Amino acid sequence: MPAREKSLLRFATTGSVDDGKSTLIGRLLYESKAIFEDQYAAVERTSRRRGQDGADLALLLDGLSAEREQGITIDVAYRYFETANRKFIIADTPGHEQYTRNTVTGASTADLAVILIDARNGVLTQSKRHGILISLLQIPHLVVAINKMDLVGYSEDVYQEIVEEYEAFSGKLDIHDISFIPVSALEGDNVTTKSHNMPWYDGATLLHTLETVHVAADRNLLDFRFPVQYVIRPHLDFRGYAGRIVSGTIRVGEEVVALPSGRTSGVKSIVTYDGELEEAFAPQSVVLTLEDQLDISRGDMIVRKHNLPQVSDRLEAILCWMDDEALDRGTGYLLKHTTQTVRAYLPQILYRIDVNTLHREPVDTLTLNDIARVAIRASSPLFFDSYRINHGTGSFILIDPHTSNTVGAGMIRGPVQTVDDLIGPLSRPSAQTGKSPHTVWAGWNIPRARREDRNRHQAAVLWFTGLSASGKSTLAQAVERKLFDGGCQTMLLDGDTLRHGLCGDLGFSDVDRSENIRRVGEMAKLFFESGHIVLCAFISPFEKDRAFARSLISDGRFFEIYAQCSLDTCKARDPKGLYRKAETGEIPRFTGISSPYEEPKEPELIVRTDVDTVEDLTDAVLKVLKDRGVVR
Amino acid sequence: MSPYRLSYLKQLESEAIHILREVVAEFENPVMLYSVGKDSSVMVRLAQKAFHPGKFPFPLLHVDTGYKFPEMYAFRDRFCREIGAELIVERNEEWIAKGAHPLKLGTEKCCWYLKTQGLLHALRKHGFDAAFGGARREEEKSRAKERVFSVRDALGQWDPKNQRPELWDLYNARLNEGQTVRVFPLSNWTEVDVWTYIKQENIPIVPIYFAQERKVIERDGILIPLSTVSVVEDGARERREEKTRTVSCRFRSLGCIPCTGAIPSEATTLDELIVEVVHARKSERENRVIDLSSDAAMEEKKREGYF
Repeated sequence: MPAREKSLLRFATTGSVDDGKSTLIGRLLYESKAIFEDQYAAVERTSRRRGQDGADLALLLDGLSAEREQGITIDVAYRYFETANRKFIIADTPGHEQYTRNTVTGASTADLAVILIDARNGVLTQSKRHGILISLLQIPHLVVAINKMDLVGYSEDVYQEIVEEYEAFSGKLDIHDISFIPVSALEGDNVTTKSHNMPWYDGATLLHTLETVHVAADRNLLDFRFPVQYVIRPHLDFRGYAGRIVSGTIRVGEEVVALPSGRTSGVKSIVTYDGELEEAFAPQSVVLTLEDQLDISRGDMIVRKHNLPQVSDRLEAILCWMDDEALDRGTGYLLKHTTQTVRAYLPQILYRIDVNTLHREPVDTLTLNDIARVAIRASSPLFFDSYRINHGTGSFILIDPHTSNTVGAGMIRGPVQTVDDLIGPLSRPSAQTGKSPHTVWAGWNIPRARREDRNRHQAAVLWFTGLSASGKSTLAQAVERKLFDGGCQTMLLDGDTLRHGLCGDLGFSDVDRSENIRRVGEMAKLFFESGHIVLCAFISPFEKDRAFARSLISDGRFFEIYAQCSLDTCKARDPKGLYRKAETGEIPRFTGISSPYEEPKEPELIVRTDVDTVEDLTDAVLKVLKDRGVVR
Repeated sequence: MSPYRLSYLKQLESEAIHILREVVAEFENPVMLYSVGKDSSVMVRLAQKAFHPGKFPFPLLHVDTGYKFPEMYAFRDRFCREIGAELIVERNEEWIAKGAHPLKLGTEKCCWYLKTQGLLHALRKHGFDAAFGGARREEEKSRAKERVFSVRDALGQWDPKNQRPELWDLYNARLNEGQTVRVFPLSNWTEVDVWTYIKQENIPIVPIYFAQERKVIERDGILIPLSTVSVVEDGARERREEKTRTVSCRFRSLGCIPCTGAIPSEATTLDELIVEVVHARKSERENRVIDLSSDAAMEEKKREGYF
């Protein structure tokens, strides 16, 4: 017996057809002696019968006859191997888009994911999709294995090019630990042993990476969450709550509270078959007894008094739709979250995420393998955390009550964020929800793409933000004239225009400013959908308001342009005498003087209006639009 | 190093206990398939742990073919008596009376009548809606594809191309009319894990897993103990002149006598046995004739309702 217990790593592998995934896993298994001679002999026999040279290891991994016939992976296969330091569970997942539900099944429990890229093909749409799924599932570690390096002459340039392309893309994802390894699964380079063919690579081999990646820190040991699974009552004197600690730790004597009752008690004992414990921690399965007789049953959650989960019957989540039948928003589904099952409705799909490009698109329903951000209404409150900080209390599945199928998998973002969350306090009831009651979104009569085709340019929203007198409107006007002269459909919206009319009822309080921007955003969206290039020039001082406007527009079509100009220059310009009035207090809550301006964190473009000329800046804006394919 | 570290065996144990409790909480009438082998022994211990200090609230079901080793029957009866478990034994008496035997019917048909049919009949007879099985994904390539909760239709059939998604540890326990579910708490355990756990937890097992000197004859690389050769041959085959020899051997996995051979081994203790399994160059089911009939033998059997 080894002196030290081995640790466990669960990892998922994915890649496109012919990326060499089976060869790679086969090599890992073979070199760690996890393929047995009789299994290998059977594979050789079958390979020969099919007229293949040598043993085709995919035959060993693709366990279903349908997979072997088609030469593709349809469902997850689990494989096991160990080295001196670690035990490994591989979830070998399909790469095809049509089997996405099986890919996420395999990846949902992984600590790490390996994406394979064929060095000859570079970064494919599929490689990006896999990255997006891994990011959505919040798998903390990603290894990109660039395979078949032998077929590109072990070229460092090819490798670097792929790394740079993938990094440019993965920067948009929520993956914090990503590493790249050049390998040849067939020749064994950098799989388990360091390659002599690529002296330019000084990183670890794949196996070494898998053996050493630090996963213990990924566990949540802070927030004690104990969903009650089952009540054990062998006799009158014993009442214990059986469950698995999802996260955190607990000691005998600590004060806890039971949800939803809110009743408090102390932990009397932590019972296991192997004796009582003083302390227990995630992911142990234990039985808790409490000092007081509380009415607790399956579906309840025991937590610490000063560390509570969120409790709400409305929540927002990223949902993967996994059923052949489309989502029916009129139907109630069953939602299983921890050990609780409730009825749930999906009143709103905020947007669907294009898993190949990350673009957001409005949709009415969801079909197989769609991933979307949705609002959910449950029949009774759930006790949850955001998936990002707690996978166990942040995940759920949806079950169709008629077919009993698992139709969806959700990752909770938090309680519902409606417009009122975005625009602040409840001052304006009409603006609190994204839609009026009893209305159904029916889609646009003529799709934007058809209008764009006719216009010979794409629709876009250029959002100019900056201090008063920073030159936003001047620049926007110049850009619009150029675009219009070039034959584009354009519309310019600015503060003064809109506050005469549509927003004439609004003042300059924070709430009113937010509502003003909400209306502008919605209006810009209408013009956008009609194929226009919409130029919006608004101070729009708050990040959350600009983010809201951005969220209304398809990804890649919203251009935040920050007109940067020093406050002193703006004050010196002061064409309408506003700064003067603000400084004397005649105008209250004036941005830059008595109200804050939150600088854009990641604008598409920063223009220095106090340094460059309007002509130069106009060209700079037009160049961005050309580079991004909005205009030719 | 953080003190909050769970060994991988304890992680597997906790995962299995969670699965056992989910089933008991969500199903009306669960049962545990008990085949008397090492995996069953481990599964029973996990059930004891999951419901401690209570008893596990379901019976054990042994689908008997009549062809098990005498040591297995003896162990089964003593073990269940000692732990106070309710044991149900079901046999397909009709086909046992007809003398079903792999040599007469072929291994596939014999398995179908005595095991698959026997099992389906037993599940129906008692109205069990969920059945725990000790199958592990590592054992065989089609098992590697199976979910923890494996839904079967009214005829017990598995549809491998249409499995329910199964994410995180959220198991969907809803069934339609007529459907049942097979549940595999040991899905992620390997043969080495099972033996290491048996040693760590001091779990009783059938003694013929250990090596002893046995008189055997060798056929196609499989060792058949002389004491069982008449069962293997069913008296139907003419005795060929075969050399018997005395070999130290053991059974690596236990099935029906006609389809289970011994392997050469010197392992008489758990430590020796674990070393042997760790260094094995052949798979666990090397001595199981039923898996060798075709490339998709197991998948086909499972589709029909086999475990």
